Amino acid sequence: MPQSQPEAEPADSFDDLRDLYQEVILDRGRKPRHGKRLDDFDVTAKGDNPMCGDRVQVWVKFAGDGRIAHTGFDARGCAISVASADLMAETVEGRDKTDTRALFAAFREMARTGVCPQCGPALAEPMERLAPLSGVHDYPSRVKCATLPWHALIAALDGTREATSAEGEP
Amino acid sequence: MNAITKPATFDVARIRQDFPILTQTVRGKPLVFLDSAASAQKPRAVIDAMRNAMETQYANVHRGLHWMSERTTEAYEAARDAIATLMNASDRHEIVLTQSVTGALNLMAHSYGRGVLQPGQAVVISGMEHHSNIVPWQMLRDERGIELRVAPITDAGELDLEAFEALFADGKVGLVSITHMSNVLGSVTPAERIVAIAHAHGAKVLFDGSQAVVHRRIDVQALGCDFYAWTGHKLYGPTGIGVLWGRRELLERMPPFLGGGDMISSVSYEKSTWAEVPHKFEAGTPPILEGIGLKAAIDYVQSIGYDAIAAHEATLVDHALSKLSAIDGVTIIGRAQDRGGVVSFTMDKAHAHDVATLLDRQGIAVRAGHHCAEPLMRRLGLDSTARASFGVYTTLAEVDALADALTRVREFFK
Repeated sequence: MPQSQPEAEPADSFDDLRDLYQEVILDRGRKPRHGKRLDDFDVTAKGDNPMCGDRVQVWVKFAGDGRIAHTGFDARGCAISVASADLMAETVEGRDKTDTRALFAAFREMARTGVCPQCGPALAEPMERLAPLSGVHDYPSRVKCATLPWHALIAALDGTREATSAEGEP
Repeated sequence: MNAITKPATFDVARIRQDFPILTQTVRGKPLVFLDSAASAQKPRAVIDAMRNAMETQYANVHRGLHWMSERTTEAYEAARDAIATLMNASDRHEIVLTQSVTGALNLMAHSYGRGVLQPGQAVVISGMEHHSNIVPWQMLRDERGIELRVAPITDAGELDLEAFEALFADGKVGLVSITHMSNVLGSVTPAERIVAIAHAHGAKVLFDGSQAVVHRRIDVQALGCDFYAWTGHKLYGPTGIGVLWGRRELLERMPPFLGGGDMISSVSYEKSTWAEVPHKFEAGTPPILEGIGLKAAIDYVQSIGYDAIAAHEATLVDHALSKLSAIDGVTIIGRAQDRGGVVSFTMDKAHAHDVATLLDRQGIAVRAGHHCAEPLMRRLGLDSTARASFGVYTTLAEVDALADALTRVREFFK
């Protein structure tokens, strides 16, 4: 029979819940820094996960040299997808399209497997920032939550208006 | 059929011993399986029946002239008898076996929808249908000009009977296809009233009973409906088998759905003629092992008895409603008076998917999302809910474990 949590236990450490929901994810999920629509933007795209109903829209403003200057998003979804969108927005700033696509490939690998053996020194710094999301690999049904904002971002960069995360994700 | 002895009391500890999977641990915790409405676990009787068939008497059915085929045909056709008895159908030929309830509903949309309904007529569904009872009718609408009407639900999650009846005013409704119990809200629809209203206006009634058949005795003659569909795997049986019961005279008026072997009387290049019902609707090799497994599941359910099952589930639902309502920030979705063993809820500050994952981390399996009922979600103003659903093996202690775990999730997201 399942054991109830003893009520008397004074301070719940939540250690067992933190493998996926690290503090940074809870914080970003609750109060995303980039969770707003950009009024001045160059490209935008929506991401939709028909399996679970998560939706996100991403707006991107480029700098004069073609690098991403700002990314804003509006996400309706779980803490994982909102936190992932927020960390993504922060991490892709200053990167060009090629860099961003490479970063997405590396991030997707990490989300699926927990590691990214091909991630060389060039990606070490941004991957470090995205690392709090690596815990999703233990929860295959949640990988698409973490990758949905990236699919929307890449769709925006490609000039596609819509993306679904069901494609290519478990 | 053998004589069935019903235990005087509902002994959930003994019932749990019938389900081998319940001894499993998940993420280091004992499994608390609260996702039976999606698919129920299987008792040993079902597992054994299917394994025994494969080990001792298996061949293709109906056409074989040898011992193995005859034994398999008997075992498979015994499922049809068990289903007829379960639903109190007066005629075993009224039981059509399909691959799933989706298969049954698509059969109806194709065969009744295209063969009996006329363009200009309307089909009525409700505002709390599973996608499987929406999409086939939309496809029919778009192809055949048959109108699709949606009967609204109340804020409590019950069918709005007044609005339902108003849909019949112009006399165009030919068929009502409606859930007998919502997979999201647990609401049981007033079947007899629905039938009375529809019949008074000359419309036939098809119930999607996938959830209802798990929680209460279905008597199609007492309900007075015309068709009733359900699926095997939610009733502790295997996947891959569904049931469509229909009145014989209606089934006989319907053209076949899928063409192939087993559904014909004779075939020539010029013309084929159809087998009698129900075989007219059963093209191809049927779900043989699944039928044998489903019969074992029906026998198992009958051995416990629906009265005992319904009483047990009512106790669980009452307990869940009271425990979950008491948790700050938890809102129960759906407050129907008449309901089965399904409880949907939301938690403020936490998305349903996060709730489900954090419950999973504590060994508790619930479902989260739109539950294949997106229009209902929109009606409720929600993107998703978490849903706990109960089976014969669910214990009050498991409901307590859910409540305790939710309290922790709530603290975690504060």
